[in-house]
Amino acid sequence: MTMDKIKCECGHVNPEGTVLCEACGKPIAEDEATSSKLANMRYDGSARRSQVYQSSIIDKTWAFFSSVKVGIWLIVLTLISSAFGTIFPQKMYIPADAVSRDPAIFYEDRYGILGKIYYQLGFYDLYNSWWYITLIALIGISLVICSLDRVVPLYKALKKQKPKRHEMFLRKQRLFSETELVSQKDLETLTSKLKKQNYKIRKEDGHISAEKGRFSRWGPYINHIGLIIILLASILRLTPLMYKDESVSVRDGERVVIPGTDYNYYIENKKFILETYGEEDGEKFKGALEKGGEVAKNFQTNAVVYKAKGEVVTGEEPELEKYKEGEIRMNQPLKFDGYALYQRNYQLNEFKDMTFKLHLKDDPDEKVIDQFKIDLTSPEKEYKLKDGYTVKLSQYYPDYFLDEEGKNGPEPRSRTAYPKFPAFVFSVTSPDMKEPELSFASIGQNVDATGKNKYKLGIVDFTTRNVTGLTVRKDYTLPFYIIGAAIFMIGVIQGMYWQHRRVWLHPKDGKLLIAAHTNKNWFSLQKDIEKAIGDFPIKQPIDQQELDRDKESGE
Amino acid sequence: MKLEERIEKKKGKKRKRLFFRFGILAVLIGAAAFALISNLTKDKEIYAKGDMAPDFKLAQINGSNPADSIQLSKQSGNGVMLNFWATYCKPCEREMPDIQTMYERYHNQGIDIISINLDSTELVVQNFIEKYKLTFPVVRDKDFAVRELYGINPIPSSIFIDSNGVIVDKKNGELKADEIEKLLKEIKPK
Repeated sequence: MTMDKIKCECGHVNPEGTVLCEACGKPIAEDEATSSKLANMRYDGSARRSQVYQSSIIDKTWAFFSSVKVGIWLIVLTLISSAFGTIFPQKMYIPADAVSRDPAIFYEDRYGILGKIYYQLGFYDLYNSWWYITLIALIGISLVICSLDRVVPLYKALKKQKPKRHEMFLRKQRLFSETELVSQKDLETLTSKLKKQNYKIRKEDGHISAEKGRFSRWGPYINHIGLIIILLASILRLTPLMYKDESVSVRDGERVVIPGTDYNYYIENKKFILETYGEEDGEKFKGALEKGGEVAKNFQTNAVVYKAKGEVVTGEEPELEKYKEGEIRMNQPLKFDGYALYQRNYQLNEFKDMTFKLHLKDDPDEKVIDQFKIDLTSPEKEYKLKDGYTVKLSQYYPDYFLDEEGKNGPEPRSRTAYPKFPAFVFSVTSPDMKEPELSFASIGQNVDATGKNKYKLGIVDFTTRNVTGLTVRKDYTLPFYIIGAAIFMIGVIQGMYWQHRRVWLHPKDGKLLIAAHTNKNWFSLQKDIEKAIGDFPIKQPIDQQELDRDKESGE
Repeated sequence: MKLEERIEKKKGKKRKRLFFRFGILAVLIGAAAFALISNLTKDKEIYAKGDMAPDFKLAQINGSNPADSIQLSKQSGNGVMLNFWATYCKPCEREMPDIQTMYERYHNQGIDIISINLDSTELVVQNFIEKYKLTFPVVRDKDFAVRELYGINPIPSSIFIDSNGVIVDKKNGELKADEIEKLLKEIKPK
């Protein structure tokens, strides 16, 4: 059997790897005991278990993750790779005016060879790449294990510490003094004065330890718990159960299914309203308006949410009942059953309907024979007019353009499904003609197929409507982020604004040794002791580290 | 005796420590793996090869086909090809004559072709049906509900479902006649 445990002369048995005895603080580790330098007070000299046992794979993995060095490397690597993601826009931010929104084309087209490399290395979607997420996950693991590996032994060491410390421990503290001939009474007054400053006093064989603010030592670990909760929240965010982010466009007066709700909810856009600042808003905006033109004041969708009744097969029109009605504005979502609808964007003035008139082509007054209205989302095949005239809609292009790459030369096509730039091929039959006449009409264009048409169609009027773009969001993870961030902050405050201060009073043969330690703000600790000593003929502990430094620099 | 006791105690402690570390590592690595997998599958199709094709029901608008509406689950016993398309999409238009040819060739051998249109205006679709003399059912997915159900993004996209309702293949992009034929033969009821 090998002796793993180290028994200190005070009788306490320490685990292997201990630097300073957990109970009395006597230096145990070999180099620690023989060196003349100050005591290594990190984690109070306790043994970090991972540094000791490394027999199995699990212990080795544990040791790897428990290293702060590894943790810092992981953070640095993540930082560097995050920076790479900001060189060119990420995939989802490819601008709308790009040649192509396909990453394979966009990056090379806009940024040349560098863009091509960027695309090929997969940096265009860096933050969702497997290796980036792995890095973050490794940081998370490192955080948990680093904390566990330190907080447990530190807690044990602080719990086991005794008021009576080994003389060598005191001598090796940064703040130390030795005073000859100190009476028991002076010692007691000193102690009570420390007590008045909220120090917790413990006594053992006439040895005294005064301690304050131990809980500030847990600050970093509490802070890590907060971070871990935030990381867990971001994992929860990946599940559709906890988080959904969809978008939906609705035209004025239309009703569509809300994506992401399993076809249970529908939304009707009663009206989209865009308000801009104008003269009625008073003088103070005048200057800005003159300079900047139109400034939006309000984006608003008056919406009604419907809920489907009963089970429906996808695609089938369900029976709907009105569920909630409200106004959606910037940052004022409409909320229902865990979902929130946010105003995201809009598109103004999409054509809704157009009114055409039929007249004789040669008529300079363009006297109306009859007129008809075309609903651009559901046009009729045929419009019967007065006096036996009929207009047939032989072709309709909701979003017209002339495709130069057509199979048989340039051909008219529609770019999208929506009436953004409608064009029509009309076929007019009149009682006085045997053959129908063909003509092509669009905004600002009216082309006669043969050039010999008798009749002509002209746009009289049109109405437009707006399209609202909404974000559909379900987010149950937000409370976790808030809790995580709050705990994080508590940890920061705890470790930042309080310090763990300890003073040891060690009487020895009529002499009094005073040593003190804090994890930060040594000046205030000095002040505390100064206040306690007051006018007594007791030496104020001096900073041995400064003394060492002075010595080294040759003074 | 005392020495043996101490060895025992130490072994117990070691075992406990190993279990503890194993447990923590397993939980952490499990969470990391979960994060990784759910992120990688996030934007992927919801239904993949080998899954049962989810049911839907849409109104049928092709006048040369007798059906009023089409429900996928009612096509049982037949192999089904779903074709997602729109009139403004050029590759969709290019593959349509081939789909019609294949429909004529395989419909009486137990193959159904359901063409799922994503246009917003019916007239445009009717003109298209007329132009290409389509005879298979054309259904309109106005709300994009079925498109979303199948996780279809680019069009054209085709899904091949065998007579048991299992997705055999998913194809994004334009298909050539021989590719369609090969896949239809695969889903033909035996």
